[in-house]
Amino acid sequence: MAPERPQTILMPVRTGTIVASFACALLLNFLPWPNLALAPDFVALVLAFWCVRQPRLVGLATAWVLGLLVDAGNGVLLGQHALAYSTLAFFAIALSRRILWFETWGQMLHALVLLEGAQLVALGVRMAAGAEFPGWSLFVGPLAAALLWPVVAWLLLIPQRRTAEMDLHRMI
Amino acid sequence: MEHTPPPFFLRGPAPLVRLAFFASLSLTLLVLDARFHYAESIRGVLALAAYPIQQAALLPVTLAEGVAGYFTSQAQLRGENADLRARLLASAQGAQRFESAAAEASHLRRLIGAAERIERKSMPAEILYSGRDPYARKVILDRGAQHGARAGSPVVDEIGVIGQVTRAHAFVSEVTLLTDKDLAIPVQVVRNGLRAIAFGGGNSGMLELRYMAANADIESGDQLVTSGLDGTYPPGLPVASVVRVERDSTYTFARVVAQPSAGIERGRYALVLSGEARLPPYPDAAAKGKGTKARSAKRKDADGS
Repeated sequence: MAPERPQTILMPVRTGTIVASFACALLLNFLPWPNLALAPDFVALVLAFWCVRQPRLVGLATAWVLGLLVDAGNGVLLGQHALAYSTLAFFAIALSRRILWFETWGQMLHALVLLEGAQLVALGVRMAAGAEFPGWSLFVGPLAAALLWPVVAWLLLIPQRRTAEMDLHRMI
Repeated sequence: MEHTPPPFFLRGPAPLVRLAFFASLSLTLLVLDARFHYAESIRGVLALAAYPIQQAALLPVTLAEGVAGYFTSQAQLRGENADLRARLLASAQGAQRFESAAAEASHLRRLIGAAERIERKSMPAEILYSGRDPYARKVILDRGAQHGARAGSPVVDEIGVIGQVTRAHAFVSEVTLLTDKDLAIPVQVVRNGLRAIAFGGGNSGMLELRYMAANADIESGDQLVTSGLDGTYPPGLPVASVVRVERDSTYTFARVVAQPSAGIERGRYALVLSGEARLPPYPDAAAKGKGTKARSAKRKDADGS
């Protein structure tokens, strides 16, 4: 079975693209959002994307370091996001082959489950540390992030799409 | 002869092993941070690394505000000016009265030989953004350890107390608001001087006075001010007003709910007060060496936060 839609052959990814995308995601995360509950976690989204697309380049170590940075920047318990992102990266890598077979809607659904799972891990950590449940709006952020999945996928794959002009000497 | 797979197939440890490794690493850090507060130095370094990104993230907002401020209409500015002048006049009168009253009070205090209260220095600060943690109530100020903010410094606005600095980074500091579940503040009822401790109410945005006897003389509408007993907050700052008192004979304690006076979730500017009150050392600490004194001081800080 193969996807029905035509697939473009992408150029190999550059490490610079991945680093820049994570820097942008951190920047977006640190924006002073008026309502925290509705703000999507861009770092988690971009991380999930790269784990699905490039499971051999972006893995748990990247996720863990990013999580620590987010923890320190947000001033929360050190290790909370690190744990959540590591779990997210693990499942994203485990499901990467499967997710890429789906159309946009299917991919968004998978991303939604992954991101809500990461949020649940963070919730569990904080509840264990003695915080009270901050309300169900906590799960709106991941939903917003999942809705952004197609946009992020399109944006992050721009550098890998081939150039418009034809190169007659190239085989494919 | 050994048969090793070609490097193409080498993928390092199994994914599950990696997950176990990183998860246990995170859990260790979590326990170290939550229980023992050992991770503060790591946090400081990481926060410094995240600082440029945070500043860059704030840039568009500052820029937009600057542009909007530039186009503020003249009429609005005039109105604001007149309003401010009127308020200045009103507060100047109050300040004069305060000056004379303070002089009188210090004179009387000298007369009865009490220790003179130290003038506290205050540092204006701007609230940059609210902390990105839905589980706690915190704001980030644009003054850090470099400017003199210290963990434990009280933070007030023009009405009353809004919270306490709980973590001072190099250039920014983190203020835990009064309504945070983990913050407690010693208060006093203005009407009769009854002392109590107000705890943050979390999501409700209220304060709660715990351990008040069911027959305590407190009623709805009472004003609460800081008692200054902890040596952290100066006495007499408005904190909250009581909105509800529930007395139930089946419980030992009354349930007292108070509404914070200051614009805890609203204002943009705040004052960070510094200079803790000079307290005599604890009797046991004074008898022992210097090390014990430092440790007990630290413990007092932890209790205050």
